[in-house]
Amino acid sequence: MKVLQRFTVAAAASLLAILSASQQASAQIKIGAVLSATGPASFLGDPEKKTLEIYVEEINAKGGVNGQKLQLVVYDDGGSADNARTFATRLVEEDKIVAMVGGSTTGSTLAMIPVFEDAQIPFISLAGAIQIVEPVRKWVFKTPHTDKMACEKIFADLKSRKLTTIALISGTDAFGKSMRDQCVAVAPKAGITIAIEESYGPRDSDMTPQLTNIRNKVGAQAVVNPGFGQGPAIVTRNYRQLGITLPLYQSHGVASKQFIDLAGPAAEGVRLPAAALLIANILPANDPQKSVVVNYSQKYQQKTGQAVSTFGGHAYDGLMILVEAMQRAKSADKSKVRDEIEKTKGYIGTGGIVNMSPTDHMGLDLSAFHILEIKDGNWALVPGT
Amino acid sequence: MRKIIDMRLLPVLAITAIVVVLPYFFPSAYYYRIGALVLIFALAVVGLNLLMGFAGQVSLGHAGFLGIGAYSVAIGPGYFGAPSWLCLFVGAMLSGVVAFLVGRPILRLKGHYLAVATLGFGLLVAIVLTNEAGFTGGPDGMSVPKLVLFGWSARGADAWYWIAGATFIGGFLLALNLMQSPTGRALQAIHDSEIAALVLGVDVARKKLTIFTISAMYASVAGSYLALFNGHITPDVAGFLRSIELVAMVVLGGMGSIVGSLVGAVVLVVLPQALTVFHEYEQALLGLIVMVFMIFLRRGIVPSLATKFAGWRK
Repeated sequence: MKVLQRFTVAAAASLLAILSASQQASAQIKIGAVLSATGPASFLGDPEKKTLEIYVEEINAKGGVNGQKLQLVVYDDGGSADNARTFATRLVEEDKIVAMVGGSTTGSTLAMIPVFEDAQIPFISLAGAIQIVEPVRKWVFKTPHTDKMACEKIFADLKSRKLTTIALISGTDAFGKSMRDQCVAVAPKAGITIAIEESYGPRDSDMTPQLTNIRNKVGAQAVVNPGFGQGPAIVTRNYRQLGITLPLYQSHGVASKQFIDLAGPAAEGVRLPAAALLIANILPANDPQKSVVVNYSQKYQQKTGQAVSTFGGHAYDGLMILVEAMQRAKSADKSKVRDEIEKTKGYIGTGGIVNMSPTDHMGLDLSAFHILEIKDGNWALVPGT
Repeated sequence: MRKIIDMRLLPVLAITAIVVVLPYFFPSAYYYRIGALVLIFALAVVGLNLLMGFAGQVSLGHAGFLGIGAYSVAIGPGYFGAPSWLCLFVGAMLSGVVAFLVGRPILRLKGHYLAVATLGFGLLVAIVLTNEAGFTGGPDGMSVPKLVLFGWSARGADAWYWIAGATFIGGFLLALNLMQSPTGRALQAIHDSEIAALVLGVDVARKKLTIFTISAMYASVAGSYLALFNGHITPDVAGFLRSIELVAMVVLGGMGSIVGSLVGAVVLVVLPQALTVFHEYEQALLGLIVMVFMIFLRRGIVPSLATKFAGWRK
């Protein structure tokens, strides 16, 4: 009986806490975010959440937007599209947000789109896949570059080296799969022939058989490896062990120091496309993105004590594009803000220079990527990219 | 005789009344959505509870059937132009057949071996859904066309609240009837003592198989509803965590209590929503609350409270 009473008291107390939390100041601009801060996609959601919190606080310290403070409402979907959809409904119906930044994964973004389209709320997604903005949806935008662009960038570099026949080895995880599909789709247009294709599971620890097939395939001039996590590092090691001498291209998915550490000396000479943020230090001083990426990475490292990732950068871009649109619109009116987001021109962010239009709700081009080569255990910018 | 029937139907009537009256207190569509989710999960949990609570078998792969149901209503209309309601039935049949085929060998296993075998099955479904990207859209999932019945299209959380509510009550009645049937009594005998049941002439393996098949069909229908309701489905619907969530709902609500299935679903769907105010501590608090429930209400919320109330009356 006593136990029950305690339960009742606890339940009542938490109910009160919820009620009081939801009645906080209403004169603020409410921005919603549903991020995968925990669970299998937390490598995306965690830096995104921290970034949004850091910058909303900073913007408010400087007086907010159009004289109004921002209020950020963040929910954690734990990587589940079903939860994301529930929280999206909650943001619209309960929190009455005026704009939305986030959706860490493509799955959660696609699950949430109908909610924001119905409610006519501008939605800037932080997920990768191209189908978020293709076909163009009136209320949906995104900040990250797409896998398709990474493929095109790699293919452009291959062409400049007069290499046109490649072998493809890809992971079967979400990232590897999506990028593989895009690479296969854009290859004919880029004048690239895929001579042989192999794949590996996300937890495989040896890719020697697949690579032996590739080595034995006559005609392949280079190898491209769309993948994420430890798979590409194993591919790189096995690649050198088998003595394959063809140029090896990795994807932007492994553009982190961790990859060099995992692959060790085998990584020498590997090329990959990467966004400016990861190479903030080696960007030439005259690069337009230099100051943005250096400022962001310093601030993020200083506040969180962790290294920057591109994912946090996507959240930064999403928030800033939204804030600038609100400033131009001189209001937080949903449809005016949407119109202004669509008119974003020349915004210099961590992911590239954004020029949106009614037919392009991402606004990035291939200049968002730079081709890097690993030299002496560090990144080196390939000239002219 | 008449009195017995009334007593048995009492929980059904009470729950029907609650389902009908509750929306008058819903301030927005968000509450309808939560209500609908509770009812959809409760449907799957009733099925799993038949297996766990009455037949005493644990399935750690039940989300696999949720996945089969969900992708049936996504792939059927999407690739073959079949109407959603038909795909829902086909999905349930398919789940039943799969459960029958899979269950034949694995239900001969006992105890932990059965749990491990179902775990393997669940993972297998999730892997197929993730890798067969040509059909399922891979890890990013695929969109699900809306349910259209006689020209009426089911959209909006309120519509799905009523659909899920009606189906849950139907499933509830079905489960109650099943428990009063010879099969139900045989199952309870198996639960209490498999050897005793065997000696009494109960075909243990066959009865287990029957209930496994039925519980798979419950999960499949729930999966189809979830997919149609959300309009977009990803393979995490069939994931291991989802299976564990279903088992947790059964145990929390009370094994062998059909009302408990609903209570378990209510707690595990509503609680995470209420706990979001605690941000980083959300998961830890959820775990703590579930632990407290399990320590003080050891047999699950409904059976433990029922015993307590019975005690007070005296």
